[in-house]
Amino acid sequence: MKKLLLGNEAIARGVYEAGATVATAYPGTPSTEITENIAKYDEIYSEWAPNEKVALEVAIGASYAGARATCAMKHVGLNVAADPLFTASYTGVNGGLVIFVADDPGMHSSQNEQDTRIIARGAKVPVIEPSDSEECKNFTKEAFKISEEFDAPVIVRLTTRIAHSQGIVELQDRENCELKPYVKNPAKYVMMPAMARRRHVSVEERMAKLREYSENSSLNRIEWGDRKIGVITAGIAYQYAREAFGDVSYLKIGMVYPLPEKLIKEFASQVETLYVIEELEPFIENQCRLMGLNVTGKDKLPVIGEYSAALIKEKIFGETSEKLNDIQIEVPGRPPVLCAGCPHRATYYVLKKLKLTVSGDIGCYTLGALAPLESVDTTVCMGASVGVALGMEKARGAEQSKKTVAVIGDSTFIHSGITGLIDMVYNNSKGTVIILDNSITGMTGHQHNPTTGFNIKGEPAKQVDLVKLCHAVGVDRVKVCDPFNLKEFEQIVKEEVAADELSVIIAQRPCALLKYVKFGPVLTINQDKCTKCRMCMKLGCPAIVDRDDHIEINPTQCVGCDLCPRVCKFNAIEKAGGQNE
Amino acid sequence: MNNTSIMIVGVGGQGTLLTSRILGDVALSSGVDVKVSEVHGMSQRGGSVVTYVKMGEKIFSPVIEKNEADIILCFEKLEALRWIDYAKKDATIIINTQRIDPMPVITGKAKYPENIIERIKDNYKKVVDVPALDMAEKCGNIKTANVVMIGVMAQCTEIDKEIWLKAVEKTVKPQFVDVNIKAFNLGYDFARDCFI
Ligand SMILES: Cc1ncc(C[n+]2csc(CCOP(=O)(O)OP(=O)(O)O)c2C)c(N)n1
Ligand code: SF4
Ligand code: SF4
Repeated sequence: MKKLLLGNEAIARGVYEAGATVATAYPGTPSTEITENIAKYDEIYSEWAPNEKVALEVAIGASYAGARATCAMKHVGLNVAADPLFTASYTGVNGGLVIFVADDPGMHSSQNEQDTRIIARGAKVPVIEPSDSEECKNFTKEAFKISEEFDAPVIVRLTTRIAHSQGIVELQDRENCELKPYVKNPAKYVMMPAMARRRHVSVEERMAKLREYSENSSLNRIEWGDRKIGVITAGIAYQYAREAFGDVSYLKIGMVYPLPEKLIKEFASQVETLYVIEELEPFIENQCRLMGLNVTGKDKLPVIGEYSAALIKEKIFGETSEKLNDIQIEVPGRPPVLCAGCPHRATYYVLKKLKLTVSGDIGCYTLGALAPLESVDTTVCMGASVGVALGMEKARGAEQSKKTVAVIGDSTFIHSGITGLIDMVYNNSKGTVIILDNSITGMTGHQHNPTTGFNIKGEPAKQVDLVKLCHAVGVDRVKVCDPFNLKEFEQIVKEEVAADELSVIIAQRPCALLKYVKFGPVLTINQDKCTKCRMCMKLGCPAIVDRDDHIEINPTQCVGCDLCPRVCKFNAIEKAGGQNE
Repeated sequence: MNNTSIMIVGVGGQGTLLTSRILGDVALSSGVDVKVSEVHGMSQRGGSVVTYVKMGEKIFSPVIEKNEADIILCFEKLEALRWIDYAKKDATIIINTQRIDPMPVITGKAKYPENIIERIKDNYKKVVDVPALDMAEKCGNIKTANVVMIGVMAQCTEIDKEIWLKAVEKTVKPQFVDVNIKAFNLGYDFARDCFI
């Protein structure tokens, strides 16, 4: 049967067809749908782990225990999981272990643009890279075979356009894959110096064998066309190159690490001009140069951002597209915004009002950095808000902690905020951490996490109690408040920031997009009462618009969350079609 | 079938994902190669979103380049303007007349452009403006505006209406099938004379 599947759905299908039985992940765009789709198969145990390090460790354990196991994450997740990765490379596997890592060239939804292939090379872990949905599925199955044959974890590298493009996929049946026996083997699985030294030798031997495999693997293929031009390419760049270069010769690389060097040389010897087309770092290109080949690549094309067929045509052939209309396109940008009804809006409204320095973190609430809330001062990586706030306090003295808060989402706090908080406790911080508990992992599309009380399949699960958790690590002052109670929330923030003690405020209110969240009727501004003081504009609600001569609420955008009436001093904001009672 | 390139542009949260799923299903049922490039993640929070649907004999890149789109389905006026350079000279441009102010306009840092539809009509022959939101409201659910737009678009393709209806039925949640079929038909009938 043929189906139209996202790259990520096709990966999930591949995992299913390969007979895998354990799949772990921490969500992260553009990788999230892999595990969301795996969770639909009852034959596979799946879970959201608290972070990528734990996710990978669970998958490693499953592999040692004899199962085919997978772990999925976005590119920066691999930094978090790098520690287990680098040593799992030494231990190797028992059941096949495949790690899906999705890069985000162009940073559609990410804080950096790092290239997974470089980390993988550091860890000496083979990398394969599909170019469409069909390959996503088939390469996944091949990855399990490679993993088991060469005793290595295997990374399948994706990029946003592969993960989030749908293509036609031919479905096959699930392989029946027996659990392999687990045999105690400290020389392989206990990585202390004496054993690890021997395993490093095995890793190098494995690399040599993988190089041989790469030469003959069907993952790499030559498509002969006009031999004046030869293009070496991989992943989505292959698709762009096909459109930009047309009927020339291609060496399409599916196994990007280790590269098939003999095949590359052979291909190079048969074409006149050689190009390497790859997004981000010159990974294949540098290897070609080391081999002494004369190639064109990053000398003309950028290491920054996404490619396209048009970009390649422009940079390589100097062709630009002509303008077919005489429309002056000067359009305002449309940056993402907190949703109408978002709990974070109230929090930032108060933090801005109090003119606090806000050490921020990653999630929907990062959007509090943009106008008009403009509250967030810093954002580095998940969990960093807590450590960064502590660092500011230690650098500038306790006075700084009276002007500073760290803000961190519930999922992010569990991911890697707890350790920062323990540092604050242990090293005598007087700071304030606000946990933005919206009862979900919002930014990545609403996944459950250990604080929500449900697991990946939506079944009830034990819930981590944030208050007890903070108390348990040694925070004595813990307050819980709904930020929509603006006055109370403001009062609590003032008190806790001023306190000579470490405190945690849990700003608790569910994400507006959750199904069980029900608001009242749409609101409207009574123009007779409105004095145009523009207080409500400070909320940055996408439903409240400034029409110069008056301010109005767009009824198709308003969800009736009832926040704006709380900032209007003139009671001008009313239920649409009637008076406030 | 000739290669057809369709862009769906709009604002995150307007249902572009569902729309591209329906289009993808239609293409699959028509037996051609198809690729759909979607937007997930940050832009879905009210940002500018663009989805590409390409169908034909053999599709390589899932992305549509400037001057390549046969059809642009615009869920919001300003977004129509933002992406207009992607239209072919003889493209069909279907514009929902809805206006959603982006934050720079809301905060007064930028102006919402004027006469968008007129300016596009001055340059392209096949432009249809659709009060999709009002029509969806008439159906009883403003969330069906995207399916109204699909109904309009269905009139300008040669694909059988039945295939479209089946795709709508398959893609939307069971409890919303009826209202969406109604929305599709409203769009389909609205556009009856638009593409002759
Ligand atoms: C290491 C790492 N993993 C995953 C992500 C992707 N990511 C960005 S924000 C986020 C979760 C945000 O959830 P939460 O903290 O609950 O805040 P919300 O979005 O709900 O406001 C995730 C998983 C990331 N940026 N970095
Ligand atoms: S998804 Fe939820 S948490 Fe994220 S911006 Fe929207 S309302 Fe806020
Ligand atoms: S206009 Fe007011 S009530 Fe409506 S969503 Fe915005 S803040 Fe909430």
